[in-house]
Amino acid sequence: MTSRLDLKEDKMKEVQFVGDDDVLNHILDREAGTKLKKERTQLLVNPQKIIKKQEYDVEEGDQEVLKDQNYLKVLGQNVQESLKNGSTTDDVNKVYSFQNRKHPEKMAKLASELAKTPRKSVSSSLKNDPEIISIPQSSKGHPASDKVQPKVIPRSHSDSDSEYSASNSEDEGGMQESEEDTSASVLSPKVPAQSRASAPVCKGTPSKKMKRAKRSNLVEEYFEAHSSSQVLTSDRTLQKLKRAALDQQTLRNLLSKVSPSFSPELTQLNQQHEKLFHKWMLQLHLGFNIVLYGLGSKRDLLERFRTTMLQDSIHVVINGFFPGISVKSILNSVTEDILGHTGTFRSVLDQLDWIVNRFKEDSSLELFLVIHNLDSQMLRGDKSQQIIGQLSSLRNVFLIASVDHLNAPLMWDHAKQSLYNWLWYETTTYRPYTEETSYENSLLVTQSGSLPLSALMHVLRSLTPNARGIFRLLMRHQLDKQEDPSYAGLSFQDFYQQCREAFLVNSDLTLRAQLTEFRDHRLIRTKKGTDGVEYLLIPVDSGTLTDFLEEEEA
Amino acid sequence: MATSSVSKGCFVFKPKFKKRKISVPIEEYFNKGKNESEDSKLRFETYHLIWQQMKSETERLQEELNKTLFNNLIEFLQKSHSGFQKNSEDWACQIKLKEIPTAALVLGVNVTDHDLIFRSLTEALQNIITPYVVSLQAKDCPDMKHFLQKLLSQLMDCSVDTKPKEGESVQVTQKKTHCSMDSLSSWYMTVTQKTDPKMPSKMRNTSSQWQSPPVVLILKDMESFTTKVLQDFITVTSEHLHEFPLILVFGIATSPIIIHRLLPHAVSSLLCIELFQSLSCKEHLSTVLDKLLLTTQFPFKISEKVLQVLTNIFLYHDFSIQNFVKGLQLSLLEHFYSQPLSVLCCSLPEAKRRINFLSANQCENIRRLPSFRRYVEKQPAERQVALLTNDRFLKFYFKSDIKEPFEEDYMASHLICIIAIIMMLAKDELMTILQKCFKVFSSSSENQLGSTRKRIEEFLSQFQSLGDAREEDASGLQPKELPKTDLYHLQKSLLEMKELRRSSKKQTKFEVLREKVVNFIDSLVREYLLPPETQPVHEVVYFSAAHTLREHLNAAPRIALHTALNNPYYYLKNEALNSEEGCIPNIAPDICIAYKLHLECSRLINLVDWSEAFATVVTAAEEMDANSKASEEMNEIIHARFIRAVSELELLGFIKPTKRKTDHVARLTWGGC
Repeated sequence: MTSRLDLKEDKMKEVQFVGDDDVLNHILDREAGTKLKKERTQLLVNPQKIIKKQEYDVEEGDQEVLKDQNYLKVLGQNVQESLKNGSTTDDVNKVYSFQNRKHPEKMAKLASELAKTPRKSVSSSLKNDPEIISIPQSSKGHPASDKVQPKVIPRSHSDSDSEYSASNSEDEGGMQESEEDTSASVLSPKVPAQSRASAPVCKGTPSKKMKRAKRSNLVEEYFEAHSSSQVLTSDRTLQKLKRAALDQQTLRNLLSKVSPSFSPELTQLNQQHEKLFHKWMLQLHLGFNIVLYGLGSKRDLLERFRTTMLQDSIHVVINGFFPGISVKSILNSVTEDILGHTGTFRSVLDQLDWIVNRFKEDSSLELFLVIHNLDSQMLRGDKSQQIIGQLSSLRNVFLIASVDHLNAPLMWDHAKQSLYNWLWYETTTYRPYTEETSYENSLLVTQSGSLPLSALMHVLRSLTPNARGIFRLLMRHQLDKQEDPSYAGLSFQDFYQQCREAFLVNSDLTLRAQLTEFRDHRLIRTKKGTDGVEYLLIPVDSGTLTDFLEEEEA
Repeated sequence: MATSSVSKGCFVFKPKFKKRKISVPIEEYFNKGKNESEDSKLRFETYHLIWQQMKSETERLQEELNKTLFNNLIEFLQKSHSGFQKNSEDWACQIKLKEIPTAALVLGVNVTDHDLIFRSLTEALQNIITPYVVSLQAKDCPDMKHFLQKLLSQLMDCSVDTKPKEGESVQVTQKKTHCSMDSLSSWYMTVTQKTDPKMPSKMRNTSSQWQSPPVVLILKDMESFTTKVLQDFITVTSEHLHEFPLILVFGIATSPIIIHRLLPHAVSSLLCIELFQSLSCKEHLSTVLDKLLLTTQFPFKISEKVLQVLTNIFLYHDFSIQNFVKGLQLSLLEHFYSQPLSVLCCSLPEAKRRINFLSANQCENIRRLPSFRRYVEKQPAERQVALLTNDRFLKFYFKSDIKEPFEEDYMASHLICIIAIIMMLAKDELMTILQKCFKVFSSSSENQLGSTRKRIEEFLSQFQSLGDAREEDASGLQPKELPKTDLYHLQKSLLEMKELRRSSKKQTKFEVLREKVVNFIDSLVREYLLPPETQPVHEVVYFSAAHTLREHLNAAPRIALHTALNNPYYYLKNEALNSEEGCIPNIAPDICIAYKLHLECSRLINLVDWSEAFATVVTAAEEMDANSKASEEMNEIIHARFIRAVSELELLGFIKPTKRKTDHVARLTWGGC
């Protein structure tokens, strides 16, 4: 079985080295004429018929892609002219083409590549300069990259890793070998940026046939990557890294020490945007609404717009990123604070109708809405957008909003778009999204990291020894089962059995009473399974649990 | 007052009433934006004027184009309602009485335009048929109760219009009324009685047809209604039809099949459906183009590229006339806002008058126009000097010269239309057209066109000599639908078609002759219709900043994001960031580095690996002395920076947290995510 797996993985590995440009070339080649095609198919005598068949499918798919690209090109044909649209057709291709399946190690490699790239040194010089290339080896002694070490060298933490190390080590070995003699040539093709310039020296000569086989997998690759439950990443966790999860406050403190780079350029960008303020006002008054997009927080920009242009008019600032925001609260602030209405409405729609009527009756009434992050979790719903759109379509309500999400435009269908009557403005600021991300329960800014542990200790310390025992029992059981992804929790009956055997409870009523107490402190969660049995689970990650057990036993 | 808080997300700012200006004149914003505000007031006024004219023109066009549709519709409504009026004992009528007359209005996918159509339809109906016209949208009627409530309240509003005095009482009752079909019909009873108190409650045959006006209910977006509501409503109302004369109008965006898909046979058999098709949006657009751009009525013109952008948006994105007009408005605004000379973009006599008042600065602006420079270079030396130095001479020249572009535009539009049509015509029509041409040319008594007139005469006689040979229809060629009557498109497609023809079947005599005509006209066009870019001072009337238009109307946020992340040098013009394409220097902003690294991963990303890779890059960039004691703190800071970059990527929607594996995030972009 293992040999099979290896084989499979070998195949996968081949796929990994197709760069975007190769794919593009491939597509363009095909477009170039049928001649080439014939040649290729002749080359394909070797592979089985099944593969051939698949290839035809893929071709179709590719041509679809090609069509799309052409279409995009047609649309983007004037883009180069534009100073601000920020794209070339190349970019278009990159955004919309499939990303190739990447080697698990690639990130680390690219990182070391990037790290090596000295300021401004162009990578072409890098290739010819053996000294720079040899840095990875010399850097092994370099203390700063010590912690980088473990990932450059294949790790063997777990099963899935070792599966990889089998295929990886071969690769690494090859890499190191070649590094010794020719240094640059092998490393470079793995980095997409450089493969373009350098001759394609993959290990072994990549015959056209091989390339072909790789490419035929392009579409399959996508489905493969999304169907297989196996995840091809290393198993290392932050726990092992010994880097305590930061809380919001420390994070801010730490970041405040970082001096922002490129500040002159940033201010220049900002000034460019600020010049548009008057135009925005004009266009708002002429019935358009304005939406800002582009990388970087647009909060400061809008804030400045507000303070310079809107001081003398009624306006509402809405923080879309605020987790508690809702359309209701927006409408409430309009009805209560601006129109001075006291009373309630039966529904949001009624409220909207009322507002619409008020604004239609009183044409001297003018209202500016400034919405930060119109595409936030809370506002992106269909209904919310409909209501905000209707509000903004009023003649004397002016809306200026910012969107950040990649797929923000998908929120609006044609009907909504015509309600909004948008004019798009690109305002790339590169400002950090400090305010916007501060509310969100971020990945690494775990409000749950240190907190649950201390909370756990605190609660458990106030319990009776028996109760503590009960909890520990459950905790142990959960830790034993932590490798099992389908673990749904410990069923109540089993738990009761175990507690009885450990002399912790004498009736199931006692246990229930105990569990109620846990539940009140949110130490456990119960879930009804499909079979109607109650399952108990501790909603704390296993790392914290282990820490807790260690502390308890210490 | 700060606008960030942990307890609320809405901040209301209400300036003191005294301080608040009633309304800042819009012109002010028009001025301030530009440093040198030349004639900006005048410019803004001109903009306003032209835009108002254009707007009313489009509205007029819309009305005109919908006229036949509306007439048919109204006829149908009248006819179907008359059956109710008669209320005879006829068995067929009795049957018919159970059926709700329904007009299915197929409007096409350009949903945004529908509102306008419905609005004018409502108006038309209210004027001609009945005061009781109600239009409902699916979003207002999630269930039967809301449906009836909305219906009733709108109906009552209708009657309020006729009797304003009763307004308040109706408002009050509206809330209390328990909405049901009974209340609807009783309401209808009272209303009809009130209008004519002498009438007996039972409406037998009466003298006037309008004693009991029908109630017209328009369902704007039939597809989005829930089937249950529709079914229930139709079944119930068909029962009450004898006391509540209802006529339905369905607005359909897709195809009429949808009616049968939404309604089972039992329900749809209660309807007496007649289908109405609205004008195709393509035809609509070409009329709009004709009337707005290819006329002398409006001085404002758009260049080829701008037109292409607008038509692309139309053809590839929404088919919406409204959006097209919006694009036109934006280009008009941009033109007047950015081009100081646009002050001359007005009717010819007015422009001549304005030329006299041009400031020295504006004259300078004229001289700076590239097209004007090209023109000057071709002039004899002394004239050049005069044009470049003497303001008065310039103005004089201008006045005499400026009229040409206008007239040629007119000719252009005319000729182009001819060619476009000729390719698709049979002989008879071709002849009539040529005759028309002949008349046009003879009426324009310019000498240079004399020869043309003769040629056309010749062609005409040749056609006649062909006699009644076979009536060869040219439609066999099936020319591609000419998208626009735009000169350049046209020429392109003309060429294509010629080629197509050569390869296709043998030509008949007629075709040979026709080709001659086409060639002749084509050469004529080439001779007399120079592209506007070659005309001096075309900038005054032609708007050509296609990219601004595209940027604001058809923005590509994804591309902008990708560029900003992938190639920061594009925005931050710092030489240190300038690197080979696809490569990113390690001093780039954190988020760019994190993004670049994450591109290397497949579906899941291990946060530890990611953070270490990030640290490697950043550490190298900092070039810090790793031996120093600060390094631990540095690591902390780098970690913090990494966290920030990751959470920003999460906000942007590139990654999301996942539970599939500990400390992993899932990538969300893979091709089209």
